[in-house]
Amino acid sequence: MKEGWEAVIGMEIHAQLKTETKIFCGCAANFGDEPNANTCPVCLGLPGALPVLNEKVVELGAKAALSLGLNINETSIFSRKNYFYPDLPKGYQISQFDKPFSSNGTLEVLTAERDESGHAKDWKPIKIHIERMHLEEDAGKNVHEGLPDVDKYSYIDLNRAGTPLGEIVTGPDFRTSWQAYDYVNHVRRVLQWVGASDADMEKGNLRCEANVSVRKVGEEKFRNKVELKNLNSVRFMQKAIEYEIERQIEAHESGEGVNQETRLWDEKNNKTKVMRSKEDAHDYRYFPEPDLQPLKVSTEFIEKIKSEIPELPDAMLARFQRDYDLTFADASQLVGDISLAAFYEATAAASKNARASANWILSELQREWNAAGNSAADSPVSAENLAELIRFLDEEKINGKQAKEVLIEMFASGKSAADVVKEQGLEQISDSGAIEKIVEDVMAANEGQVAAYRGGNEKLLGFFVGQVMKASKGQANPKMVNEVLLEKLK
Amino acid sequence: MAMIKEEDIRKIAKLAHLEITDEEVALYTPQMADIVGYVEQLNELATDSVEPATGGLTPEGEATETKRRDVIEGSLGQQLALDQAPTPSHGHFRVPKVL
Repeated sequence: MKEGWEAVIGMEIHAQLKTETKIFCGCAANFGDEPNANTCPVCLGLPGALPVLNEKVVELGAKAALSLGLNINETSIFSRKNYFYPDLPKGYQISQFDKPFSSNGTLEVLTAERDESGHAKDWKPIKIHIERMHLEEDAGKNVHEGLPDVDKYSYIDLNRAGTPLGEIVTGPDFRTSWQAYDYVNHVRRVLQWVGASDADMEKGNLRCEANVSVRKVGEEKFRNKVELKNLNSVRFMQKAIEYEIERQIEAHESGEGVNQETRLWDEKNNKTKVMRSKEDAHDYRYFPEPDLQPLKVSTEFIEKIKSEIPELPDAMLARFQRDYDLTFADASQLVGDISLAAFYEATAAASKNARASANWILSELQREWNAAGNSAADSPVSAENLAELIRFLDEEKINGKQAKEVLIEMFASGKSAADVVKEQGLEQISDSGAIEKIVEDVMAANEGQVAAYRGGNEKLLGFFVGQVMKASKGQANPKMVNEVLLEKLK
Repeated sequence: MAMIKEEDIRKIAKLAHLEITDEEVALYTPQMADIVGYVEQLNELATDSVEPATGGLTPEGEATETKRRDVIEGSLGQQLALDQAPTPSHGHFRVPKVL
């Protein structure tokens, strides 16, 4: 960022809560199904239909709120947010306004600036104020592609209408795009960890918007802010914020100024562009939803939910470093995703070698996952099978080079380490009788070299090791070969 | 008396997506002022000690448990959902182009 300027960024995250049904009706909350199949009078907004709150939404909302440091309000009120749009059949969205489900939270987030190649520099915690997380229903989906005459018509799929969302709003507390990036990742992981949401930005069940403005360092007032949308991945979001900060600084310096507007990230051209603006400022005319009662939660309920919250990612990160003796870099990669963290713990437990488990997962296996488009969630090599491979290595049944080859074959075939080792005849020869026999054969075939060695040319040891390994087709345990040779050549 | 101006009527009409003529604006402005003025009589009541009612229910009603379990209850299905729509197409509701 240009010297003398600072950015002011606030984040809004919409997370789809992981329920079976919609927030106010019993339709399945699956929006990949046949268009408009999962709809009913309530989510179609037909006259007379009445909403009834899904209790699971309250439970998952409470888990999310508590694990993000928010306070749950004893009473919250659903309100109608009124606006016209074809994907909103009732003409209003049931949301929460002046009495949200939860509010006033403080969250500590680990963050670091990145150098030009994307490597994190210096991780340190910052404190973020989370203003609120409220509960609301999602709108339907406008389809603009793949159907006839899309230049003239929009097509509406209401399967998504009424799916439950938690909207998480922060104060203007971020000063760099990487802080916002680390915050979104933090929230994403927490929501996954507590099972409140799949929180996958690419699948659209986590969506974020950033409010960005800039000001001179030392200035107290905020300047005009821009709302950034269409941020389809956390990386795009970071790039969009970065672009917007530079654009706004330039616009202020040139005297052109910054309009308060909504801009979209254009991922083809790597820039933000202004969204066609609505003529009026928003006027949502919120009022309390008369068809729903105030939502009350008891202290007992909150205590019960608290007791169900598992170890959160930051605590797991600290434990991995402490109990498994991992570096911060390795541990934070492993807690980057809930399936990966679980995969690691299962591998470490079964292999009894925590460090090697981390190394194998983060280097060899990660490379295979990347190449095949897999991840820990759908790995062709299970944690148990990887652990078995690591045990073979630790027991010196196979050597490191062979282990890598075995892993590749395990990945391709889905077979266990034991099966691959057996099939390929790779099992290391660690039977001392067998090794002695090979050593004796080699010595008998190379009497001249034996004499030279005994005469003082100790460099020839390497030659003998090579011959023995060759005779055993690389399967002899190298450490034992050395020992046996030194003994026999005396 | 409530201060309702012509521009308020135009704004309300716009928010409601209603097209109204200048003559209608002139007609509705005093009518709307009358309605708001009528309701404003409620301000004469002392309500300091009354809890705001939300949900349009009695305090007894507010104590009723009205949540449902997260169990799929079945939906209309595509065909029935679109049955009454004026211009369904390819399994979707079809509307004039929006941005």
